Amino acid sequence: MLSNLGNTFVIVALLISFLLVFFSFKEFKTNNNLIPVKIYKISLLQLFFTASSFIILLLAYVLSDFSLANVYENSHTNKPLFYKISGTWGNHEGSLLLWINILVLFSSLFLFINKNNDKDFKILTLLFQNILVIIFLIFLLSNSNPFSKLFPIPLEGLGLNPILQDPALAIHPPLLYVGFVGSSIYFSAALAALISKIDSQSLAISIKPWVLISWFFQTVGILVGSIWAYYELGWGGYWFWDPVENSSLMPWFVMTALLHSILVLERKIGLYSWVIILSILTFTMSVTGTFLVRSGILNSVHTFASDPSRGLFILSFLILMVFFSIYVFFKFAPFENKKYSIFSKETFIIANNWFMIFFLGVVLIGTLYPVFLDTITGSKISVGPPYYNLILAPFLIPLLFLMTSGPNYKWISNETKSFFNFVLVLSVILFLITFFIVKESSFLLNLILFFSIYLITQTLFDFYESFKKRNVNISRIISHLGFGLLIFFIYINHIFSLENNFNLKLGEVKKTNNYVIKFNNLEEQSIKNYKSIIGHFNISNKKTLRSQELKPEIRLYDKPVIITYEASIDSNLFSDTYLTMSNISETDVFNIKFQIKPFMNFIWFSVLLLSLGGILNFFKRKKNETN
Amino acid sequence: MKQINYIIVSILFSAIFVVLYLSLGNEKIYDTEDLVGKKIPEVEINLFENSGVLNTKEFTNNEFTILNFWASWCAPCRKEHPNLVRLSKITNLKMVGINFKDDKSNAKNFLQENGNPFDILAKDKLGKKSVNFGIYGIPETILIDSELKILKKYIGPLNIKDVNEIRKIVKK
Amino acid sequence: MKKKIFLLLFFLITFESYGYENLDNKIFKNLRCLVCQGQTVHDSNSEFALTIKSVVKDKISEGKNEKEIYDFLSEKYGDWILLNPPLKKSSYLLWFLPYFLFVLGIIFLFFLLKKPKIRP
Repeated sequence: MLSNLGNTFVIVALLISFLLVFFSFKEFKTNNNLIPVKIYKISLLQLFFTASSFIILLLAYVLSDFSLANVYENSHTNKPLFYKISGTWGNHEGSLLLWINILVLFSSLFLFINKNNDKDFKILTLLFQNILVIIFLIFLLSNSNPFSKLFPIPLEGLGLNPILQDPALAIHPPLLYVGFVGSSIYFSAALAALISKIDSQSLAISIKPWVLISWFFQTVGILVGSIWAYYELGWGGYWFWDPVENSSLMPWFVMTALLHSILVLERKIGLYSWVIILSILTFTMSVTGTFLVRSGILNSVHTFASDPSRGLFILSFLILMVFFSIYVFFKFAPFENKKYSIFSKETFIIANNWFMIFFLGVVLIGTLYPVFLDTITGSKISVGPPYYNLILAPFLIPLLFLMTSGPNYKWISNETKSFFNFVLVLSVILFLITFFIVKESSFLLNLILFFSIYLITQTLFDFYESFKKRNVNISRIISHLGFGLLIFFIYINHIFSLENNFNLKLGEVKKTNNYVIKFNNLEEQSIKNYKSIIGHFNISNKKTLRSQELKPEIRLYDKPVIITYEASIDSNLFSDTYLTMSNISETDVFNIKFQIKPFMNFIWFSVLLLSLGGILNFFKRKKNETN
Repeated sequence: MKQINYIIVSILFSAIFVVLYLSLGNEKIYDTEDLVGKKIPEVEINLFENSGVLNTKEFTNNEFTILNFWASWCAPCRKEHPNLVRLSKITNLKMVGINFKDDKSNAKNFLQENGNPFDILAKDKLGKKSVNFGIYGIPETILIDSELKILKKYIGPLNIKDVNEIRKIVKK
Repeated sequence: MKKKIFLLLFFLITFESYGYENLDNKIFKNLRCLVCQGQTVHDSNSEFALTIKSVVKDKISEGKNEKEIYDFLSEKYGDWILLNPPLKKSSYLLWFLPYFLFVLGIIFLFFLLKKPKIRP
């Protein structure tokens, strides 16, 4: 029943999308200055049908309707309701439907609320966006249909991978999708802008809110994913430079570059073609990431059921999209020959873009190189965290420095400033204090610490200065402060992290330099869909004499059969104590991983601050408009 | 200038896409086939029954030797066992079983149930010795000649095709 | 000589803080767990990872240095096991392309900037 209904709705949505493309195309050729009402109506209808098909799938999950193959493969009756719901987008087919919903939602939103009144531009954006919708609907129907029927109807589903049954991971994909699928709208708008030849300011005004929104969601999405990895995967890390994580980071770099260069564009100083390229690149990177993740050509922790035909489809789409964009770009892009003064704000923004593209390049090379090498020469190599850390870390220094000084330069003008000022002196003092606490030996690390302190101090000082003048660019200040804090705490965390790996039997005690770890008790429990072995540990700090009780778990899930290791984390403001245990087969010995992770909460907070800046800018823009 | 850029960009992306297309066919299961053609290292492994040791140097006395890494707890090992019994009938092939991270009595029962194809039985209680042979999961089977050179390496259970292949190599 | 210069450069830009991390943990973090999906040996609880961990610990206590241990493991399992790809012919592009791109960016940026005018 639900399967038929879902299929019908998707097909109707597809037909409506064709209709929308047809009318938009016809409308583009007429000389009307207004978009006819019927297009608005059709767009609403399209939104209704796509949203309904998603709700039907959701319903099928909630009701555990196993006549849908997708529900059977990914759900189970005794799964908590919350995870039945999140199961909807926890798999390839369902997430594709969510993806289409976001495409359509952004298409309608753009049509209804975008302030720019250039008709050609708007109608063309709608046209391109709906071509995307059509392609993905066809993909859904032909290859990855969540409404596929199953007969005979099984009584019970296969269940969802337990590590995915987690609140953070339930909201992580939708956040990320709003981020990188949302970037489709400025991809469409960029192509439309080229063809309809709108001026730089209206382009900037049109796409800025969408860039801000998608950037915000992408940032928060990455943050939530990171937090999930930290407490669920049980390794004590939060970023692994895993191909799937890289795929979410790549569009983020381009979005960040775009966010900055739009500032130049809206002041009509230049970068028109460049903003177009970045807009195209963002969505291209999103699709590339999707291709890498879903085609299964990469080896990753975050498993997505992969299938070569899916890979082929996404790759074909990617090829089509890229070559069409290249064609449109070279045919319509205006020739620019702008020169920029060295000590002007726009130069610093261009420098920011240069760094972002460089970071993107490094991550892209690191992710793709093994694939290319394997394909061309057949030899397999791995590119892991050491590569990224080694290459990227030194470049943080100039980036931090540019972020510190850049914002205080004026647009267009070319005035040099003295670097030696009160803030620098203060930063040096603060750094020296930090240095004597940290006693870090690596020269590079010290430089990074210094420049992040410099950025933090300068940003706070800027806030004070502009507050006095009652002209605060609060979003810039908050975001840059967030970034400075993020880098600072990542490295402080790196320096102060403690880790001990050892084997322990029940009743034994392990003494490390500063801690005493007692293995007090072992408890077995049977819970609804898993059995659990819980270790009771007491950890006492030799210096402070504070003691903590930690209870790591080993869980044996039955649907599907999977063993997970649940870390026990005692999270405090300044430091987390992190403990995992795993059994060693054929023995009664447990392998214990004991970690002290300082300032984890500060890292999360910094990223929140970073994203908050983006969303503040969005609301500030709204306020300026209404005034 | 614009034309040249157009062509360069197009060619660049075409190249990338061709490689990406080809990459869809890449082998996804990792194997250690680089080791084929190399010699196995000289190491001492404990014998299964008593406290004696087996030195891999001794294999130079055999025309061909099969090293099979197995355990009673490994389900695919059970599946491949009849094929090992088949191989044990070949006269110029010595069969060496290396019992991997196993319980002694379980292993004994396993062999009693399924037959013992091995001429020499050794054990790697901690799994550390196996690292020298590039073993990362069991079952794995290595075929070597009298110069200790690896002729073939099989990851996962041996099937009847593999048995025939080994027969062919050994007969030559 | 070339190697020495490279090592020197490597030392200058290295960001590992020595002394804080145990050698064994550092090595574990640079090894891929072959039976896992993209996990490091350090992060994995699999049989394979546990075995590799104890082998690495043995090698350290035998007095082997970091490079010798990597060489041993990559000889047995191929370069796939090393998450920090060693610099060889097959990885030149991997290591140098990023720097090349960075320099390319500088050149590009240079052309975008106005030549500073000297005021009379």
